[in-house]
Amino acid sequence: MEERQKLKVTLVTGRTIEQGVGKERGKMSKEYVESVSVCYMDPEDLKKLKIKDGTNVLVSTCYGSVIVKALKSLRAPHQGIIYIPYGPWANVVVNPETNGIGMPSFKGIPAEVEPAPDKSILSLTELLKTQFGKEAYANS
Amino acid sequence: MQIVKAVTCPVCGSLCDDIELTIDKGRVVKVKNGCAMCESKFLGYCGEHRILKPMIRKNGEFAKVTLKEAIEKAAEILAQANYPILYGWSSTSCGAIRVGLELAEEIGGVIDNTSVVCHGPSLLSVQEVGIPSCTLGQIRHRADLVIYWGSDPWSAHPRHIERYTVFSEGRFEKSDWRGYIAKIRALIGKKKIQTTIRRLVLKKKPPVSPPSGKVCPTIRREGRKLIVVDVRKTKSAEMADYFIQVEPNKDYELLQAFRALIHDQELDVDEVAGVPVEYLEEVADVMVNCDFGALFFGVGLTMSGGKLKNIDAALSLVRDLNTYTKFIIMPMRGHFNVTGANTVSTWQTGYPYAVDFSLGYPRYNPGETSVVDVLLRKESDAALVVASDPVATFPKEAVKHLVENPLIVIDPHMNATAQMADVVIPSAFVGIEAGGTAYRMDHVPIPLKKVVDPPPGILPDEEILMGILTEVRKIKKRSGKEAEED
Repeated sequence: MEERQKLKVTLVTGRTIEQGVGKERGKMSKEYVESVSVCYMDPEDLKKLKIKDGTNVLVSTCYGSVIVKALKSLRAPHQGIIYIPYGPWANVVVNPETNGIGMPSFKGIPAEVEPAPDKSILSLTELLKTQFGKEAYANS
Repeated sequence: MQIVKAVTCPVCGSLCDDIELTIDKGRVVKVKNGCAMCESKFLGYCGEHRILKPMIRKNGEFAKVTLKEAIEKAAEILAQANYPILYGWSSTSCGAIRVGLELAEEIGGVIDNTSVVCHGPSLLSVQEVGIPSCTLGQIRHRADLVIYWGSDPWSAHPRHIERYTVFSEGRFEKSDWRGYIAKIRALIGKKKIQTTIRRLVLKKKPPVSPPSGKVCPTIRREGRKLIVVDVRKTKSAEMADYFIQVEPNKDYELLQAFRALIHDQELDVDEVAGVPVEYLEEVADVMVNCDFGALFFGVGLTMSGGKLKNIDAALSLVRDLNTYTKFIIMPMRGHFNVTGANTVSTWQTGYPYAVDFSLGYPRYNPGETSVVDVLLRKESDAALVVASDPVATFPKEAVKHLVENPLIVIDPHMNATAQMADVVIPSAFVGIEAGGTAYRMDHVPIPLKKVVDPPPGILPDEEILMGILTEVRKIKKRSGKEAEED
């Protein structure tokens, strides 16, 4: 099997209207989880990785790595910049450095993206359990 | 069915107060005038993710308890802690924030609000440079140039443009909505003609990717103008007369370049932050020649490289522009009462956020007393989170220490933080099931309405916090007596 290509990019996190609507609907809602476990990429970058819109990718930075779904950005062109909405998935890979003023670095983080079509996105409860080792409340 | 008019929307810092709700059998059934987020909140607040019973984690499992038990447990955790964190506060009323500050003083904790991870650096810069500002009403009526820098109001403050800036109908400045429609039509027409020519004459396939988006075609015309500066061509950028696509972490260079250009200094480079200097000169001319300019900046400036220095540069640019014309600057505040959290904290303690009461008096030193730093240094030993979701908004390293220690959450909805909590106390939605006051992003206090009753047994944040404070005082009194007897 040919070796999967990695792409060096800059990670930006931020708001999207889907995330805004999802968070107001409920932070456990399907809308919210689906709106924040994604990564918007430039169509050219998707081509470089030889993947299609909707393929799962592994995003890695010096601080961690997480599986999210790559989506074709409607805000192109922004080659070399990937965009993950704020949320528990983005937090795994953002830079906690506060530069002595209390504010972590949520934007402009060097990152790598590689295709991971055979890996699945963790549910919120699974993500919390794997990241923090504490059993999360689950709707029963 | 009952119709309630002039309801304030408790979602973002724009605090739109013209929402019309239809109430039927104690539920909101219809929302008029709101944006997508507003509609989602008013229609979804009482959905399946609502917490209806207080819960305490016992042997790793959540057990439903009475409100009294939950409040007693929360008070016990906080009274025993040496250095507790009290965090959140931006999505609740000013009354609840005031009680929270009293509780922080009582237990000697560090109290911080969500501005620490949004506009904290802006507050630091404002303290150093100062801020020329005004109300959103003045901007609506007078501003003929509006700049959004590192902010995408279309996504985060959907009605900001329509209510307060270029698409609002002001007394002295008219809405530019028609100009925008004309621009879109012109662009679509141009695109169609180009495509037809290409297909018929050249028989070429369309280019795979659109041309560089660094600059945006401009249609020269009268009326309000909109400039957007962002790393991506956001939806707001598509509406702009001038769009500047800045390279990530290069806002500082761009701001300083504008400062040089408005003073007629020559730049001996061809590009700044990936943008041609010629284009910047054109935009600088527009800035200097406006009658009333407003620069709104978002977390694109505070979270990128440079952080507070970016804001220093933005505030300085506006100060410089005021030597030529009238210009104001304002941060685009996120949560509906984050401005209130800063305001109440300032009038109670002297400081807007990151206030440490561990020495018995308020101390403020962001970087040391800010909640993310306290967590990264692993110093806190308990936490109370009110109306916020730090597990979904803090970097992983900070969250690790937060969830390792006893965690109390007061929130109407189940969220990632409540999932990790040890004590969960459900509360009423402020602005829907409880009244109060919130501060809009321009520091105008706006009343929030109670439009429906909360579910049975659910109290507003303020009353729950009062209950915890009373209980903490009882515990302290008891332990004081015991110490005397010994």
